[in-house]
Amino acid sequence: MVYLLSEEASRPFAGLSDVSISEDIPVEGDISVPVGPSTRRDEEFSTLDEPVKETILRDLRAVGNKFIHVLYPKRSTALLRDWDLWGPLLLCVTLALLLQGGAADSDDQGGPQFAEVFVIIWFGSIIITLNSKLLGGTISFFQSLCVLGYCILPLTVAMAVCRIVLVGGSGTVSFAVRLVVVTASFGWSTFASTAFLTDSQPAERKALVVYPVFLFYFVIGWMILTFSPSQ
Amino acid sequence: MASTNDPFQFQEFEEAGNLLEANRDAVTISIEEDNIKPDKQRKAAGFTPDGDDEDPLASDDKTELLSGPNKSVPFWTFEYYQRFFDIETHHVKERIIGSVLPWPGKNFVHVHLRRNPDLYGPFWICTTLVFAIAISGNISNFLVHLGKPNYKYTPEFRKVTIAATAIFSYAWFVPLALWGLLLWRNNKIMNLVSYSFMEIVCVYGYSLAIYIPAVVLWIIPYEWLRWCSIVVAVCLSGSVLVMTFWPAVRDDHPKVIIAILSAIAVLNILLAVGCKAYFFSKPEAVLPADSSAATGLTKAPSST
Repeated sequence: MVYLLSEEASRPFAGLSDVSISEDIPVEGDISVPVGPSTRRDEEFSTLDEPVKETILRDLRAVGNKFIHVLYPKRSTALLRDWDLWGPLLLCVTLALLLQGGAADSDDQGGPQFAEVFVIIWFGSIIITLNSKLLGGTISFFQSLCVLGYCILPLTVAMAVCRIVLVGGSGTVSFAVRLVVVTASFGWSTFASTAFLTDSQPAERKALVVYPVFLFYFVIGWMILTFSPSQ
Repeated sequence: MASTNDPFQFQEFEEAGNLLEANRDAVTISIEEDNIKPDKQRKAAGFTPDGDDEDPLASDDKTELLSGPNKSVPFWTFEYYQRFFDIETHHVKERIIGSVLPWPGKNFVHVHLRRNPDLYGPFWICTTLVFAIAISGNISNFLVHLGKPNYKYTPEFRKVTIAATAIFSYAWFVPLALWGLLLWRNNKIMNLVSYSFMEIVCVYGYSLAIYIPAVVLWIIPYEWLRWCSIVVAVCLSGSVLVMTFWPAVRDDHPKVIIAILSAIAVLNILLAVGCKAYFFSKPEAVLPADSSAATGLTKAPSST
């Protein structure tokens, strides 16, 4: 598994210039000054000799770190600087799997198929990224995909909660509970992603960039809310 | 009188220029011409350092035009499309309001677009409309069949693709056809006004904006309310379209004018009524008709 380097790391020691910003945020990987006393860090670019567990755990820790940044969105550059697409892939697959097993067994009139969820999430993210770049945003293509993908986390959590609630029954009370949960997580997702994305846009176009993000998470929230289990 | 007062005579310029250099704060009014307005002289004197331009204002326009959208960038580069997103939030707001409230004197293209058509509005209005139709149709079906024993709720996700095909083909192919038609008529008859393809796409995209609240209103399962909102929406959007294209066709043969304008209006009506009929089922009053309605519903989407 090749470690994904972000764009800035293509210039060696490029991260040294903004180390001062991130004193409180542990940075993953070999982007900035090596942290930790292990001698392995001396050979930053040859990770072939380390045990596989170490490689996997490093990436998992990076993904988990970004999850925490999404759950508690504060103005930080961690998500943008060390972008990776493992987290969005994980979340997309989880969400698509959770949306299966619905009323889509007998007729094809049911909910979205696995491929449809995948296409909506990835094409939606790509179109929103193109939109913000065309409007003159300074964020790069993959950074934007990374942010939009990671901010699906609250909605995935809501989907898991909805499925648990649906096990108990599918009456009006469960619908009300699901509605509240999905609305809260949709608001959280939109707020978290705009906290990261709007910094790179000029002031008079911020609303133009936020609206497509709002629409995107609204549609995903709608898919979660209308999930009806097969009976 | 005209020759002495002509501001483009070099002798007068140099005098004023020398006066300016000597004393920068002086109001530059030449002694011979004290009945000329002073600001004209000052403006003319201000342009001397620029050179021998006879018409400095025209050269400003020329440079502005050259730096504007007339710069030819190949269409496969990113910058080509970036100039269609050169708008700000308040521009979009004004254009949407202008498309929803048509005013008889104001032409949408001239007043709002002003040679700066954008693709942001048409694209996102169409996308919003697609999802609004799919979601509202789903909710209205649910409300209509609420409480009936043999109804099982399904999200009907397939309808999103059908709605998307319908709305996007209306918003892109009809402008293409209309642009081609106007170009053809323009060759035969010299029209005063001609629109570029992007401007036509822009007008059509923004004219769909009124349908978003109309479609949300259609959730409420009362037929009279649905028909009222259809009529209002069709009138507003149709009048925006007709008033925009009237200047482009009014010099033409009367039959051609009527044909083009009625085609625009009829296509608009067809879109609205077609969406309502396909995505929003009528509330059924009689119980035995339920089974036929349910089979009708399941038959109609599977036949597409």
